[in-house]
Amino acid sequence: MSKQIDLVDLDIYYGDFLAVQGVNLTVRANSVMSFIGPSGCGKSTVLRSINRMHEVIPGAHVKGEVNLDGENLYGPNVDPVLVRRTIGMVFQRPNPFPTMSIADNVIAGLKLEKDKKRKESMDEIVEKSLRGANLWEEVKDRLKRPGASLSGGQQQRLCIARAIAVEPQVLLMDEPCSALDPISTLAIEDLIRELKDRYTIIIVTHNMQQAGRVSDDTAFFNLSGIGKPGHLIEVGPTAQIFSHPECKQTEDYIAGRFG
Amino acid sequence: MDLSGLRGGAPVPDDRPQSTPVTSSEAPSPNAGSRRNRDDAADPLHLTGNRLPRWVPWAIAVGSIILGLLVQVTGITVVGVAPGCVAAFAFLQVQTATSWTVEGRRHATDRLATTLIYTTFVLALVPLLWILITVIAKGLSVFSPEFFTSTMRNVNPRAEGGGIAHAFLGTLEQVGIAALIAVPIGVLAAIYLVEFGKGKFAYWISFFVDVMTGIPSIVAGLFIYTALILTGVLEQSGLAAGLALAILMLPVIVRATEEMLRIVPNELREGALALGVPKWKVILRIVIPTAISGIITGVMLAVARVAGETAPLLLVTFLAQDMNPNPVSGSQASLPTFVWDQISRGTPASVDRAWGGALALILFVLVMYAGARIIAKIYAPKAR
Repeated sequence: MSKQIDLVDLDIYYGDFLAVQGVNLTVRANSVMSFIGPSGCGKSTVLRSINRMHEVIPGAHVKGEVNLDGENLYGPNVDPVLVRRTIGMVFQRPNPFPTMSIADNVIAGLKLEKDKKRKESMDEIVEKSLRGANLWEEVKDRLKRPGASLSGGQQQRLCIARAIAVEPQVLLMDEPCSALDPISTLAIEDLIRELKDRYTIIIVTHNMQQAGRVSDDTAFFNLSGIGKPGHLIEVGPTAQIFSHPECKQTEDYIAGRFG
Repeated sequence: MDLSGLRGGAPVPDDRPQSTPVTSSEAPSPNAGSRRNRDDAADPLHLTGNRLPRWVPWAIAVGSIILGLLVQVTGITVVGVAPGCVAAFAFLQVQTATSWTVEGRRHATDRLATTLIYTTFVLALVPLLWILITVIAKGLSVFSPEFFTSTMRNVNPRAEGGGIAHAFLGTLEQVGIAALIAVPIGVLAAIYLVEFGKGKFAYWISFFVDVMTGIPSIVAGLFIYTALILTGVLEQSGLAAGLALAILMLPVIVRATEEMLRIVPNELREGALALGVPKWKVILRIVIPTAISGIITGVMLAVARVAGETAPLLLVTFLAQDMNPNPVSGSQASLPTFVWDQISRGTPASVDRAWGGALALILFVLVMYAGARIIAKIYAPKAR
């Protein structure tokens, strides 16, 4: 059920400002791709353009194509709401809805936008999604408590449960562990490896070790200077990018000589 | 002239001889003046310093009050406020001097600033409590079941009796009409400004909301009077009053709601959008519930603000002595105009009724506000 993503000649703008230029990239179905690169190089911008969250920011727009199994997400008559239901997203900071309980947070996407094809009861979806996010055992006795009562790592897994509850085909993660401690990070990384069986995953990370641990492929982004657009420098299997990168820039970045 | 007690020669010499012994007797260390008088061997880093014992400020306060009373008793000043000023002034001086000598400059500044902040806090409370106590003391005497159930129909201004039932009903209807108009428009305008508004149009709406905030209430009344009553669209009525009050409520509601919506973290909007929820549902189900307790408080403050408006009501609905439940026809009484009416009649009985009406108005606002706090509490996002 997961799908392949192809970015074709993707230029991304904020108003008149060209933020990212000429990205060509393929993410295989059922694989984990990590985006690495220095701050401001456009990793998150590319990620957000994949489920059209980019255009939530006023003035932001793209040129080029983002294809999901060959279908251009920026084609005419494509509904961004439907795109986002197919391509879920987890953010840098956990953002459970403060007015809702743990259970309501999980099914928020379903309750707010009913999917008539789903036959399972809400309780089943809650349990399934929380199990999928490795959170069920920790919260099964307090599903009615507010989502904000959980710890940061639990909140982030709650947000993952919320994202997979709507049964997307692709999961985008924007530095999902940057606000978490090492133990919570480990839990999320384990989860990413499990989720790979069912979803295509793209993760933005500043943590090279994390990219090495969880991803099959790695894409390195960089920008030539402040105010210049970011570019995709190199993409390939993670093992190869980390051991024998083709570009000098990639090698320097991974070796910690800049960035 | 209150200050004469402070500036005049008498109190200050009175103050000095007292303050000096206090300073030396209360300083715990023999070599007061040196800030680091601990043993250097015991504290080589100089991390400890002398602190005044906790009771010292209290002792100084008591001393200052006694000094103030002495000034009063000796009759050097006659004005009642002067002893308080002397006490406060003495307290500031003695405490600062003591603290400076014992603890050093930073602690002395800290204590001075703390004292000033507490003093201004108390000063700010004084008029509030004063008004409350005066209104309760004068208004409670006319409170009776009759006061709440009867009108002023056929009540002679000189006679006791009569009541506010007609005025209370009028205020309820007029404020209700105003809220019915202003709350939806105001909340929706705020949602537009925060969630959709971009560019020139939103800028001008925002600008005119600010301008409206500054409109004097009488102008709102004049506007309704000339635009609707003189042109014959409406007669002087509760509805006209409600419209004038709605004009006054609107900017308050827009601003309060806008503030509340703006503090809803953007991450929540993005989180919901990323789940494939349409924008209108994100606003309705995520943004507004998160901000609802603040919005309710803002709306209630706006209601409370207009409930006490008098000037526009005198123009657009004038006074009535009788119950008029029909808001679209004929003059209607209200609590603020009732108070105005009774005061202007000037007899002891009517002035008493005016105080009663004022107390009823304050209680009305208080009940509304308490209700709003309870509702806000129920809907507030919970962390535990």
